[in-house]
Amino acid sequence: MIDLVLIGLTRFLVGGQARWIGASPDMRQRIYFANHASHLDTLLIWSALPRQLRGSTHPIAAADYWGKGKVRRHIALKVLNAVLVDRATQGPPGAALAPLRGVLAEGESLVLFPEGTRGNERLPGPFKSGLYWLSQEFPEVELIPTYLDNPSRAFPKGTFLPVPISCTVRFGAPLLRRAGEEKDAFLDRARAAVGALASDPVS
Amino acid sequence: MSLTDKLFILFGGICALLGIASAIGFALSRKVTSENGRATVDNLNARIRAWWVMVAIFALSFGLGRGVTVVLFALTSFYTLREFISLTPTRGADHLPLVAAFYVLLPLQYWLIWTDWYALFTILVPVYGFLLLPSLAALKGDADAFLLRVSRIQWGLMLTVYCISHAPALLTLDIPGRPREGFLLLFFLITVAQFSDVMQYVFGKLFGRTKVAPVISPSKTVEGLVGGGLSAVAAGAGLWWITPFTPLEAAAMALAIVAMGFLGGLSLSAVKRSMGVKDWGTMISGHGGVLDRMDSLSFAAPVFFHLTRYFYT
Repeated sequence: MIDLVLIGLTRFLVGGQARWIGASPDMRQRIYFANHASHLDTLLIWSALPRQLRGSTHPIAAADYWGKGKVRRHIALKVLNAVLVDRATQGPPGAALAPLRGVLAEGESLVLFPEGTRGNERLPGPFKSGLYWLSQEFPEVELIPTYLDNPSRAFPKGTFLPVPISCTVRFGAPLLRRAGEEKDAFLDRARAAVGALASDPVS
Repeated sequence: MSLTDKLFILFGGICALLGIASAIGFALSRKVTSENGRATVDNLNARIRAWWVMVAIFALSFGLGRGVTVVLFALTSFYTLREFISLTPTRGADHLPLVAAFYVLLPLQYWLIWTDWYALFTILVPVYGFLLLPSLAALKGDADAFLLRVSRIQWGLMLTVYCISHAPALLTLDIPGRPREGFLLLFFLITVAQFSDVMQYVFGKLFGRTKVAPVISPSKTVEGLVGGGLSAVAAGAGLWWITPFTPLEAAAMALAIVAMGFLGGLSLSAVKRSMGVKDWGTMISGHGGVLDRMDSLSFAAPVFFHLTRYFYT
């Protein structure tokens, strides 16, 4: 019930239609990695996925935003199936990835924002290394570059209310793994794959 | 004849017309085989199907009364403004003016129609919106392209909220001896404007040779404009019995709607061209966005409203 209301609201306010450009909606295990521009992003990708995929796809959401307050927390955990990650975690590299590994180990899919924080630019900023480690540990999981168009205009950083500006969610072709590729080269390539979807070839 | 009887006949007539259009579309889809022709016929049929939906929505809102009709147009303004702003390069510093436009000025404009506060209705967007939007933008302290940014939002608001709201404002007109007949005026306006668009498309496809404005809108032709315009004027004259107008006056009113509608379509094509897009959106299959269907009406509504208000109330 809440999920229908949320999807309805998202459609009404920002549209958020999906465009499957290089991949098709599929039950295969995937990591969707996207540019991060607003607090709408998690909601946008979640509502752009077909119903059958929503149940088995878990967005990674920042605990300091989505974990705040009872309502938001309930929506994040129970409706969006989100995995809350504490961005301030200190420790050995990759320690913060533990809950993500758990999801992948169970055969479910992830939605990841590898920039780690919201940007204001059209093109994504540098990626953090989490995507690289996960892609190494789970070589059979498909990596789908995802581009969110417009959320930084609809809900800019530092504002309290989104305005109605149409956003689209573009899913690109799976990122292929290259044997022996260095971490930085892989992350640059992943980032470029998201950026390449910024200029929509369809419309 | 009561208002309900008239509306029943009118929507019955529209359904009959659409029925014929659907039959023709079906016949064409079996006959046409060339690839180019197929695309045209598929688009035609998508358009006709969308027309059925739009007519159903209008009939329903008319049936449910003034409140629902005002809300329907408020939603139309909402979606057209959303389409306009989505294609307009706004940025972070425009957030506050956009919040005011969507969440304050738009609902307020329609609330003024609902409460029939004419004096404020006519100046809310052009005066108070005009003053409020740049003030809010200036508070953000970003001077880059300031005038351009403020003008875009003001223009979008004038077009999609102020102009379009003049259509449901017809429901507030008090025409002596004709209580509650605003619905019929609204029906007249929408039918003439949309019929003109449809017939310009049909005449343009069948006989179109000479382009009116090749740079701005390659699909608009003199043959389409004349054929479509005259058909719509004739249709308007034929609807005189639902209006306070004589047949000749109804024809003149229809002519004003057709002329403004044509200019609206042309101006908005120029805006689209300047933004490098063909359609405003994808919401109405076959037609494009909501604003693609409302462009002519947005220019025609204020003029028709004021002509009627000045001469008949």
